[in-house]
Amino acid sequence: MIHSLFLINASGDIFLEKHWKSAVSRSVCDYFFEAQERASEAENVPPVIPTPHHCLLSVYRHKIFFVAVIQSEVPPLFVIEFLHRVVDTFQDYFGVCSEVMIKDNVVVVYEVLEEMLDNGFPLATESNILKELIKPPTILRTVVNTITGSTNVGDQLPTGQLSVVPWRRTGVKYTNNEAYFDVIEEIDAIIDKSGSTITAEIQGVIDACVKLTGMPDLTLSFMNPRLLDDVSFHPCVRFKRWESERILSFIPPDGNFRLLSYHVSAQNLVAIPVYVKHNISFRDSSSLGRFEITVGPKQTMGKTIEGVMVTSQMPKGVLNMSLTPSQGTHIFDPVTKLLSWDVGKINPQKLPSLKGSMNLQAGTSKPDENPTINLQFKIQQLAISGLKVNRLDMYGEKYKPFKGIKYMTKAGKFQVRT
Amino acid sequence: QPQAIASDSCCAGGGDGENEDLKQMLESSKDSAKLDAMKRIVGMIAKGKNASELFPAVVKNVASKNIEIKKLVYVYLMRYAEEQQDLALLSISTFQRALKDPNQLIRASALRVLSSIRVPIIVPIMMLAIKEASSDLSPYVRKNAAHAIQKLYSLDPEQKEMLIEVIEKLLKDRSTLVAGSVVMAFEEVCPDRIDLIHKNYRKLCNLLVDVEEWGQVVIIHMLTRYARTQFVSPWKTVKEYNENNFYESDGEQKEKDRNVKKTYTMDPDHRLLLRNTKPLLQSRNAAVVMAVAQLYWHLAPKSEAGIVSKSLVRLLRSNREVQYIVLQNIATMSIQRKGMFEPYLKSFYVRSTDPTMIKTLKLEILTNLANEANISTLLREFQTYVKSQDKQFAAATIQAIGRCATNITEVTDTCLNGLVCLLSNRDETVVAESVVVIKKLLQTQPAHHGEIIKHMAKLLDNITVPVARASILWLIGEYCERVPKIAPDVLRKTAKSFTNEDDLVKLQILNLGAKLYLTNSKQTKLLTQYVLNLGKYDQSYDIRDRTRFIRQLIVPNEKSGALSKYAKKIFLAQKPAPLLESPFKDRDHFQLGTLSHTLNSRATGYLELSDWPDVAPDPAVRNVEVAESVSWKLKIFKFATYSLFIFNERNGSTVGHFHFTCRLN
Repeated sequence: MIHSLFLINASGDIFLEKHWKSAVSRSVCDYFFEAQERASEAENVPPVIPTPHHCLLSVYRHKIFFVAVIQSEVPPLFVIEFLHRVVDTFQDYFGVCSEVMIKDNVVVVYEVLEEMLDNGFPLATESNILKELIKPPTILRTVVNTITGSTNVGDQLPTGQLSVVPWRRTGVKYTNNEAYFDVIEEIDAIIDKSGSTITAEIQGVIDACVKLTGMPDLTLSFMNPRLLDDVSFHPCVRFKRWESERILSFIPPDGNFRLLSYHVSAQNLVAIPVYVKHNISFRDSSSLGRFEITVGPKQTMGKTIEGVMVTSQMPKGVLNMSLTPSQGTHIFDPVTKLLSWDVGKINPQKLPSLKGSMNLQAGTSKPDENPTINLQFKIQQLAISGLKVNRLDMYGEKYKPFKGIKYMTKAGKFQVRT
Repeated sequence: QPQAIASDSCCAGGGDGENEDLKQMLESSKDSAKLDAMKRIVGMIAKGKNASELFPAVVKNVASKNIEIKKLVYVYLMRYAEEQQDLALLSISTFQRALKDPNQLIRASALRVLSSIRVPIIVPIMMLAIKEASSDLSPYVRKNAAHAIQKLYSLDPEQKEMLIEVIEKLLKDRSTLVAGSVVMAFEEVCPDRIDLIHKNYRKLCNLLVDVEEWGQVVIIHMLTRYARTQFVSPWKTVKEYNENNFYESDGEQKEKDRNVKKTYTMDPDHRLLLRNTKPLLQSRNAAVVMAVAQLYWHLAPKSEAGIVSKSLVRLLRSNREVQYIVLQNIATMSIQRKGMFEPYLKSFYVRSTDPTMIKTLKLEILTNLANEANISTLLREFQTYVKSQDKQFAAATIQAIGRCATNITEVTDTCLNGLVCLLSNRDETVVAESVVVIKKLLQTQPAHHGEIIKHMAKLLDNITVPVARASILWLIGEYCERVPKIAPDVLRKTAKSFTNEDDLVKLQILNLGAKLYLTNSKQTKLLTQYVLNLGKYDQSYDIRDRTRFIRQLIVPNEKSGALSKYAKKIFLAQKPAPLLESPFKDRDHFQLGTLSHTLNSRATGYLELSDWPDVAPDPAVRNVEVAESVSWKLKIFKFATYSLFIFNERNGSTVGHFHFTCRLN
């Protein structure tokens, strides 16, 4: 299926190659470079590029292109999903996934890639299994290895491979047993000029960090499971139990993982926690434009909005902006025309605003479109959909674990048209 | 198959000095030095540097006791054994010994390397090893055997028959670990041997939920193909698939349809497949969700296929690459069955931060979903897009408006007026695209648009984009009788600028001249002849050619034969209006979710979905015989005891017991 993999950095250097069948010459990447040149930005490079004898499927993450070479029919999502899994694994192993990190750990990277695919078909992609086969590098382990001569490579088949719970390693031991769950919701919205909502949706995830000894069996129930319109599970969740009782029952993997992603149906009204008042105007005759925005809280359920960040792509004709913020800092990049304003917290008594004028290129006509405003924000201790965890229970082990649940609401793709 | 060998050998591993150094380290008696050397060599391979000359030194370490050294030697062998076949043979005996090791991981990795080194001489050894591994007690080793089948097949296709035997055996395997891999081998080696699937069909359906994600994708695709050969169509109105009945008379056809309606009941095995794949729509893996979606699209009754929409829309939250593929598939689906995605219309609204390719795909889908009820909302949304700073996208929006206008007659005039307004836009690409679309729209309804044509004629002075200028000229020429005063004046102006025009525009000036000459020769005779003279001495072949052709056709002389009598009919014939349709139309003759569908051309190894059979083949072939199932039970018994042990360790007894008794009954 997957013939070879090339890793290409932003400046177009192939800095790693791996072949699972006969080696494919790296000149095949020339087709990729051509496509890259045609596309103005990295994210416009098509994910599927046909060449005379192969097909190149790529994903772009952390400023690195992961380019897989395919020779025959295969579902493209299969390859793309796998490549994303590779990136996730690297991130899991090294903390960050960057060119430097990959180059520094090239042997581990190679060993991991070797285990992940056999003859181009995925063999082991669960991080719990991989980590038993090839241990992630830590400073301590490197020191120990040099002294004792032991290796990073496991010599036994990870127990997970054969069991019915392949995602969990056996023999897990902790002195402090803890399980944390983060309910994180993101609001995707498009707000039109007049402030009314064109579309708004809530997408949520429950990310878990579970450090429990042995083979714990957890159940998690909600006060209002009906809110969840569409869900996707980590393989550990027992689907039947969810279907019949709306309870999440699972034996968790060890460590960090995403338990659940969900979608709150568009039929439910979505509370929009912020509003943006804007007055952006260009005049035909003058080379000055007016710019004024104010951000304020709307439906926040009494919580503070923090981490507010406003970004906006200004039209090409804007040469410079002279703005004064009532709080926070702002930057306008005259090359990319990107305005960003780091607002911070919103104080309802004193709403943050950014006012001033724009200098337009003389002689050009006024832009057709006012810029779109992109908003980021965070609200702690609140799931905007109203989703609430009822209880979390553990079976199968005797000790009392420490349990924690945290809620957070964030802006996803939140856009205000002006 | 093109086999490229090691890339840039010119910049091979930093000179001999370093390699000497590495060789010495490999000869060293200390494991740490060897390991260091191997790590550096792997680093070279990763960078694409040629390390093949170290082969003799590396291969000696294949029997190393240190597991990490051994592993890195394996990595090296898989990369270079193909180029150094003779030396590679030195390692074979080590693998043969390892194949008998009590540790299953060592057995499995020995098989992996042995089958990956692509040395034709050892084909018989590989064959033997695969056969033995296929009855290994460890399912992990059997999984590796399934992978080895494909490797051996690509090395030596003559082994096919023997390999099919192994596949047949492994298909019967009850381990979820093996299922995906062996089906993969089946798809590569003998996808036409559908008969091997019959007896395993129900088992595969039942195992599916517990198979690992990647195996699920492969099995679902295979079962889709299988089902299309074994079951009859669940679709009541099967127009698009009725082509084979083309020659039958209508009456017969209707009768047949009625018969189908009356008698259709879904084969329980067909239902089993639909039922068991449905939960996988909740998978976190986008490829699995897509695989189930395509299965429902190709196999489910039309009333049930709708359940996949929600999951596909969920995938749109994912990375840009996933979005790209999913949107393509939705585009194809939304042409045929609008209803599936209408409730999710707003999920396809474009954000200014989307990459252009995502924007245009979303636009495509929005256009497909447009109907009388939602068109006014959509057009309002399109107005925002037209103003976008991304001009390529703005142009695509104008095309989309054009398509909506032809598909929904109620809004044709509104759209046309909107497009005319865009003609005064500042951006040239927007104006040019509008002109092109207006031209197409006017062609579909030429009735009463004299005003618009006049307006466009006025614009000609300001528009510089060749395609747009050419379109306007063509329009004026085509409908010159409706604008009798303006047309000759336009010809006058363009005759002046002829020499500075683009070729495309020149051709249309010639056309305009010819058409006017035929309808209004009194006013335009001299002008046309002037233009024809300019064309005669033009630099471009095409233009000179066309000029000569037109002159012969319209200006009667003694040589011009019968043809010039018909000149008017030839030039001013009613032209068929261009069809404005989606590029995704008819793309579903490729199985959805495949590479071929994405590329819209057959990829190598693409397996065609067959049409539904008129009469279902005997469903009894899928029955597992009683005698056999008794003997199976004995085997299951063993298997179940084994798994009970695992269950106990992980979660107490409830679930384990459930499984256990369930299997026994």
